Amino acid sequence: MPIDIDAAVISNTRLSHDYSVLALAAPEIASLAEPGQFVMIKPSRGVDPLLRRPFSIFEILRDSGGTPTGISLLNKRIGIGTSLLYDAAPGNHLGCLGPLGRPFEPVTPPAEAWMVAGGVGLAPFVTLAEALRSTGTSARLFYGARTASELTHVELFEGLNVEPVLATEDGSRGAHGYVTAPLEAALSTTPRSTDVRVYACGPTPMMRAVAKLAGAYGRRCDVSLEQVMGCGLGGCYSCVVLTRTAGGPPHFVRSCIDGPVFDATQILWDALAH
Amino acid sequence: MDLSVSLGSLRLVNPLIAASGCFGYGVEYADVVDLSLLGGVAVKGLFLSEREGHPPPRIVETPAGMLNAIGLQGIGVHRFVREKLPELRDRRAVVFVNICGTTIDEYCEIARILSDHDGVAAIELNISCPNIKQGGITFGCSLTGTHDVVSAVRKVTSLPVIPKLTPNVTDVSSFARAAAEAGADAVSLVNTFLAMAIDVHTRRPKLTNIVGGLSGPAIRPIAVRMVYECRQAVKIPIIGMGGIATADDVLEFMIAGATAVQIGTANFVDPFLWRKVLDDLRSYMAAHHLETLATLTGSLDTSRQATAWISS
Repeated sequence: MPIDIDAAVISNTRLSHDYSVLALAAPEIASLAEPGQFVMIKPSRGVDPLLRRPFSIFEILRDSGGTPTGISLLNKRIGIGTSLLYDAAPGNHLGCLGPLGRPFEPVTPPAEAWMVAGGVGLAPFVTLAEALRSTGTSARLFYGARTASELTHVELFEGLNVEPVLATEDGSRGAHGYVTAPLEAALSTTPRSTDVRVYACGPTPMMRAVAKLAGAYGRRCDVSLEQVMGCGLGGCYSCVVLTRTAGGPPHFVRSCIDGPVFDATQILWDALAH
Repeated sequence: MDLSVSLGSLRLVNPLIAASGCFGYGVEYADVVDLSLLGGVAVKGLFLSEREGHPPPRIVETPAGMLNAIGLQGIGVHRFVREKLPELRDRRAVVFVNICGTTIDEYCEIARILSDHDGVAAIELNISCPNIKQGGITFGCSLTGTHDVVSAVRKVTSLPVIPKLTPNVTDVSSFARAAAEAGADAVSLVNTFLAMAIDVHTRRPKLTNIVGGLSGPAIRPIAVRMVYECRQAVKIPIIGMGGIATADDVLEFMIAGATAVQIGTANFVDPFLWRKVLDDLRSYMAAHHLETLATLTGSLDTSRQATAWISS
């Protein structure tokens, strides 16, 4: 059951001219959250912008005793709402509704977990990496961005025993090009006997390419989709994704309650890449 | 303190109804709000059969509002009565079923099916959705169409029949009158305003459907005016809506002439608003020494406006 709190901004750490990490005091939501779930954030008190925005829960913040105290969000400034959040100051309060959505299903050993993130698509993977570490699951993070300065929080994942595999489009760090190249290299050299689950989040073309590769190598791939969302609770039917149905025509499902995590083979990628 | 209101024979515990299209089938919100605390729940518009609706993007934000072009995606009346109605009944929700058809026969068929099931409190006739090509708004934009669909449905059900009117006409009150003359038990208004938003960089419409319906605080003053006009035109109860988010907004619509109200877009922003609005209505009643909220309906005082020029 989701709750709505008026969450105080603890800190807002700017990572670059358009990325920031916003820490929010939200102990109730932090203790309920499961890997890959999201919250709906009201970036201002007024009516413009009117609606909340969906954000993956990036980190679960804990006190020294390990008790959840809040959550952080990985914010990329792209519109009115995300600009307001980029400028949010400690002490500001933001409406925070959650946790919401169908979480990731973490695999357990001997299966391996391969996370594939593009840019701000890193957001849902910290909570997944924590869940994987608690069961000792071998995990990798294939992480791509335009340039080295956008590859943030690599050491956080290393601290969670996740092996990073990096790529930048300008070649400033890791492999030169898209993250799908090192992913394919790994898929092609890993024996079939090793059980691998791929998890992907990032730009739609990236997720589509990852889904295709995973399928080609016979690996299950779960994607976390980011759609325009009105309510986050299944009320408005705006965040729909066209999915395959058994023996029937394709069907629009709500990514807020049936997702945001989907088995990639369910998705009609042509319809998503409008 | 009495917050109850009456829509003809239908008594609601309070005037707050969740607006159709903004509350799923109600069951989605059962974790968030006790559905029996609401005056009513208007479920998402239903056709006879399932519909997929429009491809996304289906919504876009605009100043103090949003455009939507969902296209009435829905499970159809048969699945609704099988899969959703029993839970709504168990949760003691007062269910307004919003129905839509491409023909008068389809409206009647859906109304007949609903009349055979316990747990339906009223039928709201969607003759005003701006996002579908056939049916619906075609009836709502023609006085004879409105009259004909209301009187036809009136004949096949004993449930209260409440046409939901579109603001996309020259004179809404004439449509309220046509509905009343055809036997409507109440009218609800307004549905969304047909509108459009364009991405100037790509020169493409922001909605796949090109046009959509504007809702939210941006439309509230126009909706209040339309409720006020309809109050002058008809005796039947009016359910007012359009950008309501607070108790003050509810009161404004009631004073203008609404017996009950619907809250839609604001529920997206704050799904927990219901209890807050009810508490604030009680505070208002206490401050204004009101025992019965229903006495506010149509209580607009225009005497000062009438004398202002004479006395100056």
